[in-house]
Amino acid sequence: MVVDRDHEPTGALVRPYAVTRGRTRPRLEIAMEALVETTARGRLNGLSSGREQATIAGMCGTRLQSLAEIAAHMRMPLGVARVLVADMAADGLLAVHEPSGIGDGGGDLVGTELLERVLSGLRRL
Amino acid sequence: MSIRQPNNRVTSAKIVIAGGFGVGKTTLVGSVSEITPLTTEAIMTSASEGVDDNDMVQDKTTTTVAMDFGRITIDSDLILYLFGTPGQTRFWFMWDELVRGAIGAVVIVDTRRLADCFAAIDFFEHRRLPYLIALNCFDGRQHHDVNDVREALAVSPNTPIVTTDARSRESTKQVLITLVEYVLTMRRAGAGAGVGA
Repeated sequence: MVVDRDHEPTGALVRPYAVTRGRTRPRLEIAMEALVETTARGRLNGLSSGREQATIAGMCGTRLQSLAEIAAHMRMPLGVARVLVADMAADGLLAVHEPSGIGDGGGDLVGTELLERVLSGLRRL
Repeated sequence: MSIRQPNNRVTSAKIVIAGGFGVGKTTLVGSVSEITPLTTEAIMTSASEGVDDNDMVQDKTTTTVAMDFGRITIDSDLILYLFGTPGQTRFWFMWDELVRGAIGAVVIVDTRRLADCFAAIDFFEHRRLPYLIALNCFDGRQHHDVNDVREALAVSPNTPIVTTDARSRESTKQVLITLVEYVLTMRRAGAGAGVGA
């Protein structure tokens, strides 16, 4: 029988999403730089969930981590980490702090104040 | 680790670092980041259909796009991320997500390969994301005059063009400061390139 090579990429795509049981759409849109923090509930119950969930709960319990950092440390694609984190946030195990996007909402004051904080922070480096 | 009040507004911001392949994006990120630059990957599947009527099988291709990024803790409740753009500009789907909500962008330019940055400049102008041009002088030499570069790139007279050594923390720090100052100045002037929603 001839091996159908055309189907190989599909297999490679499906595997990363095995930990999400194949779901590719997150319950919550999370920016890649959004900060994730383990909640008190997550500290108590997070470790008893799945292996990946427990690792994320442990990682974000000691230090704020962005979605991008979680994905990088877990060696999983951004989309997979997003599904897992969104599920855990929905279960109250994680708190997701959305970024202060400059362009979107919040008004000019918020954006300007944030820029000034970033600027003085960079000068202190 | 300090204990934050739960009602504190914890938040993050990001700056995009763009430029051609091998121009020094990850070097620049690493020179100022408090962590060794990490790599995050995104997967995209594209199905090409209707190319050949006789071929009923959809041809699916999977593309993995890698982005390097670094982190700077500004305050206990404010973290700045520096995201390098994917090396190949054809991965535009990732650029949309990268620029969403970004403070601005640094376009690193190697003056010997000016054309490598054209696509990034076009993209940021189209999205009205403020950016500056950073001429990376690897060898401590500047191969072109700043005014010549401005003319060659056809960027606005207001767009800052600075020289940098991407390996130097102090130099990178100055580039980022110049960018944020520029964005603030534009906001105050009401020029609003992509700001102020």
